[in-house]
Amino acid sequence: MWEYTDKVKEHFLNPHNVGEVENPDGVAEVGSIACGDALKFSFKLDENKRIQEAKFKTFGCASAIASASALTEIVKGKTLEEALRVTNRDIADYLGGLPEEKMHCSVLGQEALEKSIANYRGAPVKEPGEEIICECFGITDREIEKAVRENRLTTVEQVTNYTKAGGGCGNCHDKIRAIIDRVSTSAQPVAEPAARPKLSNLKKIKLIEEVMEREIRPSLRHDGGDIELIDVIGDRVIVATRGACASCQASEVTLKGFVESRLRELVAPELIVEEESR
Amino acid sequence: MKTVYLDNNATTRVAPEVMEVLVPYLGEYYGNPSSMHSFGGQVSKKVREAREQVAALLGAEPDEIIFTSCGTESDSTAVLSALKVSPGKRRIVTSRVEHPAIKALCERLGKEGYSVTEVPVDSGGNLDMDEYRKGLTSDTALVSLMWANNETGVIFPVEQAADMAKERGILFHTDAVQTVGKIPVNMKENVIDMLSLSGHKLHAPKGIGVLYVRKGTPFYPFLIGGHQEKGRRGGTENAPSIIGLGKACELAARNMETENTRVRDLRDKLENGLLKAIPFCRVNGNRSARLPNTTNISFEFVEGEGILLLLDQFGICASSGSACTSGSLQPSHVLRAMGVPFTMAHGSIRFSLSVYTTEEEIDVVIEKLPPIIKRLRELSPYWGENQACAV
Repeated sequence: MWEYTDKVKEHFLNPHNVGEVENPDGVAEVGSIACGDALKFSFKLDENKRIQEAKFKTFGCASAIASASALTEIVKGKTLEEALRVTNRDIADYLGGLPEEKMHCSVLGQEALEKSIANYRGAPVKEPGEEIICECFGITDREIEKAVRENRLTTVEQVTNYTKAGGGCGNCHDKIRAIIDRVSTSAQPVAEPAARPKLSNLKKIKLIEEVMEREIRPSLRHDGGDIELIDVIGDRVIVATRGACASCQASEVTLKGFVESRLRELVAPELIVEEESR
Repeated sequence: MKTVYLDNNATTRVAPEVMEVLVPYLGEYYGNPSSMHSFGGQVSKKVREAREQVAALLGAEPDEIIFTSCGTESDSTAVLSALKVSPGKRRIVTSRVEHPAIKALCERLGKEGYSVTEVPVDSGGNLDMDEYRKGLTSDTALVSLMWANNETGVIFPVEQAADMAKERGILFHTDAVQTVGKIPVNMKENVIDMLSLSGHKLHAPKGIGVLYVRKGTPFYPFLIGGHQEKGRRGGTENAPSIIGLGKACELAARNMETENTRVRDLRDKLENGLLKAIPFCRVNGNRSARLPNTTNISFEFVEGEGILLLLDQFGICASSGSACTSGSLQPSHVLRAMGVPFTMAHGSIRFSLSVYTTEEEIDVVIEKLPPIIKRLRELSPYWGENQACAV
C-alpha cells in the first residue's frame, strides 16, 4: 500500500474543483488512458487577467486525482505569468509530499497547466524539434529534460518515477541516460563563476540587493543579527551590521566567511565586503 | 468497522485449527527435529505426520514432499534443478501469464543465455495448445506452467500438457500455488514431475512452501546444507509452520466440497450482482474453466487504485491489475496477454473468496461498489461521452 499523506487522502476523497469550466479561456488534455493517467484541465480568467476558476477531470490513481485537485487550488488568483512559475514540486509540496514513484502525477499537473496557458495564448502545444524518447508512454526529450532540470534527477529510475519514461519496455534507458548527462553537464557552467557574463553596474547592485534580501538577511536575523547595504563602489560592497552582529566579536568572520562568500558565489567572484567605518 | 476480506489469492487467514496445533511448537516444544534426544524427536514425529497430511491432499507419497520456505523458493528450485539435470538442453517453455516467481526467473535465465518460449493465451486466458505443442522442441529441458492463474483464476489443462511433455522426454513443473486446496489435485492420475504450493494460500502461515518431486525425477537441490529433507533442501525445518501446513492440508481436503459449492455460489452472486448493478464492466477470463473462488472484473473508464482506496474506506479488501497498484507503470501482464484493452485493464479488480467468506460480506460489496464506480467515473475525462448510456 502506498503511504499517502493526509493531505493527499483528503484531496482524493473530497477533490476540489471537479469538472470543466464553462467557456474556458484555456484548456488542455495531457496523458492518455493507455498510460493509466490522464488529466483534462481548464481555466477562466477574470477582468484583471487572473485565474478566476480552474477545474479538472482525472483518470488515474489517488495521487493523480489529488495532484489535479491541488493544482486547481494553487493557481487560483494567479496571473498567467505567476502560474507558469508553478513547478511540479509546488504541487507535491502542497500535498505534503508524494511517494517518489508517484511524482509523475505532479509532473502531469504542471504539464496540463503549461499546455492550457499555451492554448490560451494560441501557442503551438508541441514545440518543433521535439523527439519522442519513451515509445511506451509517449514522453518527449523536452519533458524529460525539464523534469531532470527542475528536480535535479540523476538516475533513470528517478526519471521513470517523475515522467514514467522508461517504465515500459526499457528500450529507451540509454537515451534517458544521455539526456541526464547532457542536462547535468550543461548545468555545470552556470555554477562556474568564471563562465558568468560580466555584469553592468546597475545589474550588479540590483543582484547584490536581491541576494542580501533573499539569502543573507534572513539567515543573520535567525541569529538575532542583521545587515544593511550602504553602498557599492566598484567591486567594494559597503555594509553596516545591526543587532547582535554590531556587537559581535566574530562579525568580521561573518562578513568575510559568510556574506562575502555568498555574494561572490551568487553575484560576482571579485566582490569585496567592507564594513562601513563607524 | 468489520473487515470484508476478499483478497484470498493474496493471502489467507490462518485457520484457528492450524493456530491451535502450531503454537505449542513455537513455545514449549522447541526442539530441533534432527536432534537425537526425545525432546527433538517428538517434533520430528509431528513433522513426519505433517508430511503425510500434505501428501494425502496431493495424492502423493510422503517422500515426494520437500518443505521449502515459500512458493517462490519451490519454483526456483524446480526450474534450476531441471536445467541442472538436463545438460545440453537450454530451453524453458512457459506461458505469458505466469506469476512473477516464474516469469522473472525465466527472464533472468533468458539474459543468462537460456532460450525461453512464452506460450500465448487467448482472450479468455486459455493456453494456446497448438503453440504449446510447437514450443516443445528437442532442446527443451523443462515446461513450467501454472495450474491456475492468480489474477483471473483461469485453469490450464496442465495434466494434458504434462502428457505432451512426457512423450518428448521433457520435465514438467507446475506452479499450483493458487490451485491446491481449491480444486482437487491427484498426482497419481497425472505425470507431472514437480509441483509448487504455498502454505499461506490455504490457511497455513506465511513462510512455508512445498515442492512435490515425483519419485524417480532427477533432482538437484537449491539450498545446499544439512541432511534435512533427505539432502534435497538444507536448513533446519520450520517445524511449527510445517505442522500447521499439515493441518491446513487436512482441512483443505475436508473443505474441498464447500469450496466448490458454497464458495462458488457466493463468487457467482458477487459477480452477477456487480455486472447487473454497474454498466460498462465485464469479467476477465474464461468463466467456466476457473477457480471457484476468484473473479476478475474490469470497470471501464476508471483506475483501479482509486477503487481499492474507496473500498478500503468500508473495510473491503481486494486487489487490482492496474498499473498504479502494481508498483510498475504497466497494467497487469496477465490482462495484457489476454488482449484486454487498456481502458479495461487499468480498472480491473480481483475479488478472491475463501471458505470463511460470508454472504453478508458479499452483500456489502454489492451495495458499496456501484456508487464508488459512479463517483470515480464522474471524475474521469473519458466518462462524459458515455454518460448518456449510464444509470
